[in-house]
Amino acid sequence: MKKSAKSTKQEKPTETTTAAEVWELRLYVAGQTPKSLAAFANLKRLCEEHLPGHYRIEVVDLLENPQLAAGDQIVALPTLVWKLPEPLRKIVGDLSNTERALVGLQLRPAGSGE
Amino acid sequence: MTKAISTRRAANRSLPKVPTGIQGLDEITGGGLPRGRPTLICGSAGCGKTLLAMEFLVRGAMQHNERGVFMAFEETAQELAQNVRSLGFDLDDLIAQKKLVVDFVRVERHEIEETGDYDLEGLFVRLGHAIDTIGAKRVVLDTIETLFSGLSNQGILRAELRRLFRWLKDRGVTAVITGERGEGTLTRHGLEEYVSDCVILLDHRVIDQVSTRRVRIVKYRGTTHGTNEYPFLIDEDGISVLPITSLGLQHDVTDERISTGIARLDAMLGGEGYFRGSTVLVSGTAGSGKTSLAAHFAHAACGRGEKCLYFAFEESPGQIVRNMRSIGLDLEPWVKKDVLRFHALRSTLHGLEMHLASFQKLIQEFQPEVVIVDPVGSLIQAGSRKDATAMLTRLTDFLKAQRITAFFTNLTSGDASPEKTEVDISSLVDTWLLLRDIELGGERTRAMYVLKSRGMAHSNQIREFLLTDRGIDLKDVYLGPEGVLAGSARESQEAREKAAAVLRQQKVDEKQRELERKREALEARIAALRKELEAEEEESKRIIGQEQLREETIRQDRERMGASRRADNGPEAAEPPARSRKTPGGRK
Repeated sequence: MKKSAKSTKQEKPTETTTAAEVWELRLYVAGQTPKSLAAFANLKRLCEEHLPGHYRIEVVDLLENPQLAAGDQIVALPTLVWKLPEPLRKIVGDLSNTERALVGLQLRPAGSGE
Repeated sequence: MTKAISTRRAANRSLPKVPTGIQGLDEITGGGLPRGRPTLICGSAGCGKTLLAMEFLVRGAMQHNERGVFMAFEETAQELAQNVRSLGFDLDDLIAQKKLVVDFVRVERHEIEETGDYDLEGLFVRLGHAIDTIGAKRVVLDTIETLFSGLSNQGILRAELRRLFRWLKDRGVTAVITGERGEGTLTRHGLEEYVSDCVILLDHRVIDQVSTRRVRIVKYRGTTHGTNEYPFLIDEDGISVLPITSLGLQHDVTDERISTGIARLDAMLGGEGYFRGSTVLVSGTAGSGKTSLAAHFAHAACGRGEKCLYFAFEESPGQIVRNMRSIGLDLEPWVKKDVLRFHALRSTLHGLEMHLASFQKLIQEFQPEVVIVDPVGSLIQAGSRKDATAMLTRLTDFLKAQRITAFFTNLTSGDASPEKTEVDISSLVDTWLLLRDIELGGERTRAMYVLKSRGMAHSNQIREFLLTDRGIDLKDVYLGPEGVLAGSARESQEAREKAAAVLRQQKVDEKQRELERKREALEARIAALRKELEAEEEESKRIIGQEQLREETIRQDRERMGASRRADNGPEAAEPPARSRKTPGGRK
């Protein structure tokens, strides 16, 4: 999360994934608050566990680029938005609730137990 | 805050306010919304919250040079622009001029998964960004409660809302927050908890199928404000609040009098007619000639070169013109010259507020000197009696303030007391003419009298009211031992009286002639007596003359005898004639 202060930051996908399978994740934050730091760390962890090499994370700091908030209809922060794969989904919060985060990311069907 | 409190204490009026520019709202809030503070506008669906909020921004941008941010949670910028275009607001133009920013915030629950701790900083960022881009002074959040349906963590939402309102205050923007009315609470999610400076409640009621919108200021800290419910309406010029009770009675008055259009009626009203700027009410039963009176007044006003606005609720303009032609009044030239304008509509067409607003609009546009409302009672159909009275009070005040002479007609039903108007406006009017029917001898005649006329000496007699082909004619009714008679009863009574009068005259003449004769006879007798006296006088004179002659003769004889006897002229000699002179007188 050292680099999250930058407006955008991309985690390069690993070479093994095909373009179609790449998850384009965009994390909206406002400054380096404990919540944003936690969200980034949790996201990183989830992605490494479930989508190793199939993801790309972009961190948008709204304090620097407030005009970007309207485009993705950002109200709550932090918010994770991804456009691919469809449909457009949003996850708000610091992703500390791993279960819900996985359901939200559709990496686990809702209701199915661990 | 301490500063705010001290200013508030210093003087109520010094609480800084932001004029909304909305007609009437500034009047009841005593100058507008609290500057730099949030104001909550709540009400049920469709009561005009969004519109009021939008008008606040648009008027601010156009009239007070205060730019605004509209944060919409329910409608997109496009939809909003479309919705308010009918009110004459061009949002796209304002946005292009950078006077307004519309930010549509969409929060869809099904798109959102909540995973842990979050805040609403995104909203703050967006709002702050919008405010900064144009330097906005006014902010509208419409309807922020939508967030409650999009996000489930109430604890976070509430804390964030509290922070938001604090933040708005710190930014120094005047904010309007709308909220949907909840069950037993002002807003569904208790927004009034956070916004405590000014709360305005909007209401949209339908009573007897007529809808009325009302606004009430529930609370306004640190200032006096109107506490009543005020009707308001939304028309093509936006919102106008009608503060019925806030109007004072401060209008100027004039001594100028204007003709009623009927010479005899002018005479009844102190010889000069109505006061300019007064309110005249004509009440009467059906067919008693109210409209005819109104038409006469209109005709006279137009003849003076004044303009007249005629609100007709029961007849079409064409019908009125045609009907008035039958009593010899041609209103058509005035209509053609556009000095007489008819505005005919059914009173049930829209609510009272709408009527009042259209009245005001038309009056301001046409600038008439005379306004006729025919009949005023039908306005009840557009609302309740109380509302109609309130509306007419307001109309009367409005007309008086403009120095417009108002002429109302009112229908009284046959069985009701004629001194009672359907709408309780009798106390509002300055001059009240009453038309009534008198049924007598198998015919119905109209009668009229002046029930009251403030500020002038007026006749209190009943006049017979005739509708002739040359207009209205007022005739004295017969007042005598037989009571009040009108119509042919009056005519026959008058004929009878005439006959009686002739008879009386004849008697008088006869008496006079008799007297003359007597006088002549007496004078003749006096002359005869005088003649007799004269004759007697003649006779007496003649006798006296003879007597004197005789005495003279005797004296001469005596002298002659004395001379012959040489008698001396003794004293006795002179005596005898004197004595003898006395004798005839004494004898007489």
